[in-house]
Amino acid sequence: MKIHIKNGRLIDPTNNIDTRADLFVAAGKVAAVGKAPGGFGANRVIDATGMVVCPGLIDLSARLREPGFEYKATLESEMLAAVAGGVTSLACPPDTEPPLDEPGLVEMLKHRAKTLNLAHVYPVGALTVGLVGEQLTEMAELRDAGCIGFSHADAPLQDNQVLWRALQYAATFGFCVWLRPQDGYLAKGGVAHDGEVATRLGLPGIPAFAETIAIAGIVELMRATGARVHLCRLSTREGVAMVRVAKRDNLPLSCDIGIHHAHLSEVDLGYFDSHCHLLPPLRSGRDRDALREGLKDGTIDALCSDHAPVDEDSKLLPFGESEAGATGLELLLPLTLKWALEMKVPLVQALARITREPARILGLDAGHLSEGHAADVCVFDAEHYGKVSAAALKSQGKNTPFLGVELPGKVRYTLVQGQIVYDAGPD
Amino acid sequence: MRNPQLNDQGELQHLLTIEGLPREILTHILDTATSFVGVTAREVKKVPLLRGKSVFNLFFEASTRTRTTFEIAAKRLSADVINLNIAASSHTKGETLLDTVDNLSAMHADMFVVRHAQSGAPHLIASHVASHLHVINAGDGRHAHPTQGLLDLYTIRHFKKDFTGLSVAIVGDVLHSRVARSLIHALTIMGTPDIRVIGPMTLIPSGVEKLGVTVFHDLEQGLRDVDVVVMLRLQSERMRGALLSSAQEFFKYYGLTPEKLALAKPDAIVMHPGPLNRGVEIDSAVADGAHAVILSQVRFGIAVRMAVMSILAGN
Amino acid sequence: MTLALPDPEVLCAELVRQLKPRLTADTALVGIHTGGVWLAERLHAALGIALPLGLLDISFYRDDFDKAGLHPQIKPTQMPFEVNGRHIVLIDDVLYTGRTVRGAMNELFDYGRPASISLAVLIDRGGRELPVAAQYVGARLDIPPGPMLVLDRDEIGKLRLKLDA
Repeated sequence: MKIHIKNGRLIDPTNNIDTRADLFVAAGKVAAVGKAPGGFGANRVIDATGMVVCPGLIDLSARLREPGFEYKATLESEMLAAVAGGVTSLACPPDTEPPLDEPGLVEMLKHRAKTLNLAHVYPVGALTVGLVGEQLTEMAELRDAGCIGFSHADAPLQDNQVLWRALQYAATFGFCVWLRPQDGYLAKGGVAHDGEVATRLGLPGIPAFAETIAIAGIVELMRATGARVHLCRLSTREGVAMVRVAKRDNLPLSCDIGIHHAHLSEVDLGYFDSHCHLLPPLRSGRDRDALREGLKDGTIDALCSDHAPVDEDSKLLPFGESEAGATGLELLLPLTLKWALEMKVPLVQALARITREPARILGLDAGHLSEGHAADVCVFDAEHYGKVSAAALKSQGKNTPFLGVELPGKVRYTLVQGQIVYDAGPD
Repeated sequence: MRNPQLNDQGELQHLLTIEGLPREILTHILDTATSFVGVTAREVKKVPLLRGKSVFNLFFEASTRTRTTFEIAAKRLSADVINLNIAASSHTKGETLLDTVDNLSAMHADMFVVRHAQSGAPHLIASHVASHLHVINAGDGRHAHPTQGLLDLYTIRHFKKDFTGLSVAIVGDVLHSRVARSLIHALTIMGTPDIRVIGPMTLIPSGVEKLGVTVFHDLEQGLRDVDVVVMLRLQSERMRGALLSSAQEFFKYYGLTPEKLALAKPDAIVMHPGPLNRGVEIDSAVADGAHAVILSQVRFGIAVRMAVMSILAGN
Repeated sequence: MTLALPDPEVLCAELVRQLKPRLTADTALVGIHTGGVWLAERLHAALGIALPLGLLDISFYRDDFDKAGLHPQIKPTQMPFEVNGRHIVLIDDVLYTGRTVRGAMNELFDYGRPASISLAVLIDRGGRELPVAAQYVGARLDIPPGPMLVLDRDEIGKLRLKLDA
């Protein structure tokens, strides 16, 4: 199918383009940027006047809830949510049921995703068997099955010796290890940031140093092993500072934050709003501001949705009993745009955080619009403000603190490998 | 954010926490309680205010004492009282909190008195029930115990009259105490200038100064010249959670003895929410002594709860 | 609406005149808050009653709780004498529907069983909704429903009647 996307504002952070230009797609690839290739007879013309045309978004963390948690969401619903959000590639964490610790499970997941023919799914494999933190998984086999890295999701990895060995093993093969920095003992029992709000609300707290102590340990192990590490979901001011130092020392470290942490803080818990029950917890205003700055100056490489659909019953519980997590695939773009507007970050720089950088972290040839490469494209209206509503969300997870809030950015078309997989239709 | 306890007219619809309530509402409750103290002192201790109304005690966390005082208060208002010990019933069968509440609402309840181990449970219930139902928080996790805060406030007002010149010390396990949090909010709203919390670092929550208190780790320093000493109960679990070493060491450094009490003002009063742990947080000589007003707290507690129930039922 | 309101000081004197011959050594006076208490204080002093004055706040005995809620200004009831076997004169400023008096009697009976209760009011304005009558009346006024007849007291303690539309 030959597609001509005309008259849009083409923004490609990788190739440093931000200009009015047409895009030509054929045989699943970008045929040309700017001028039509000779004899290009388009089957479909998309009028992108007034819209942004950019590489399809890449989300570093989206829980698809399959296998095992189908009552919360299914692959179908979440993949539709992804492309409705302009996301053409996503990485999913290994904490499914059973966890992604066997090649067979990974192959099945990849196969299921492929038959749906929507976004690309890149599973992150389990670092230890069953995510129990004792035995290493067959990382090489899992890589062959399709895993692009290895993670411990939110399961605590208490035994530093196991972590050390896991990093050494991964470094042997050059694999990237994805770690959420949280000391399990210090965080035990906590459901909110240990500070003024948790004290007022009487909620057990997770201190900031539960994260920084873990980061310190991880960085030291990186120095000792040479392993490549991606830190998932930073939440503290000091954590950002520690990453800055590690990067100055040229350690192979990358990191991301979840979209909610770029905007919200502990005060948003209000009167025990379980939609704000997240992991890591929403921290102080100062932490939030440091995350926003770190994202701007590049210390934080990428923004991800940390998509976690939760069924309503699991949220309609007292805060401490409610399940943590928020839906996010369809809010990745709007919340990135909101951050960019508020922090006065140019659009090309902001979009890099959800295209070029995640592609680099995943080690993919993606997140850019270059001639001869796969045509994963997102066409969106940056000026359109829409109210977040349960009815409008395609995800089965309606759990978001942003319900009822007006956010900028509406995806009009999403293309994966040159196919239109999402068309918003007329308003 | 609109205070979920107040209706559109700014009247009290639920009592979930003292935090955020206007001073006028607290004063109104205390003044109404004064009249009920008179009622509980006469032979016929009942008034017909809540006749025909049903008060359901929903205790998800066991407590005979608090439940009994609410039951007495409701019966003195001529209400019908139904006691539900949820731990032993549908809750353990997997029924969700809100399903339990819906079922009970369908049984024509007018008022729920809720105690729950999780902070925020009464807020969740209040946001869910029909508009004619009133929810009273009888203690949720570490968060709040507003009727206790009010009866403590009443007790202090009874003996000390004016809050604006007072020095109040709250001693013990502040970290886990909903009683402490509620009393701190109550005192700050009433304009108390000097509120102190005293305890080892392990038992003082982060950022507690932001609530308007001064932190002391030394009991003798903290008690100097105070007008009111509130001793908090120390639960034995705290010894097992690496928060404290032993009851003996705690008593030596944070227990209220006559010698320590002598550092406070000569007419200082000693309060305790009960039940007492003699020899752990408080010495028997003090608990049974002239400064202790603990039994008055219990007496006032019934009148204060009658006041809260009648004000809510009338709104 | 112009209605000539009588002088409560004159009516008070009239009530003293009516009550004096009917009192015994242990008659008790009980005033109903708030207007009835002011009146009762004057009568108590003028009649030289031995027993201390009883003060009744009927907020907990009103029959309009479901509609109007708990009255915001409650003053504690004080009954400084034994009610059992007592002859009580209940005192209020204005007798209208009779509901206040019913509530007051209910409350009195929660203190004990009086030998008798009689009622003294400054003004009987008609409009009864319950079978209640006053034995001692300062004046009878026919006031249509709507306006509220209220007893007021100035800084020096002088009583005045007001009609609030």
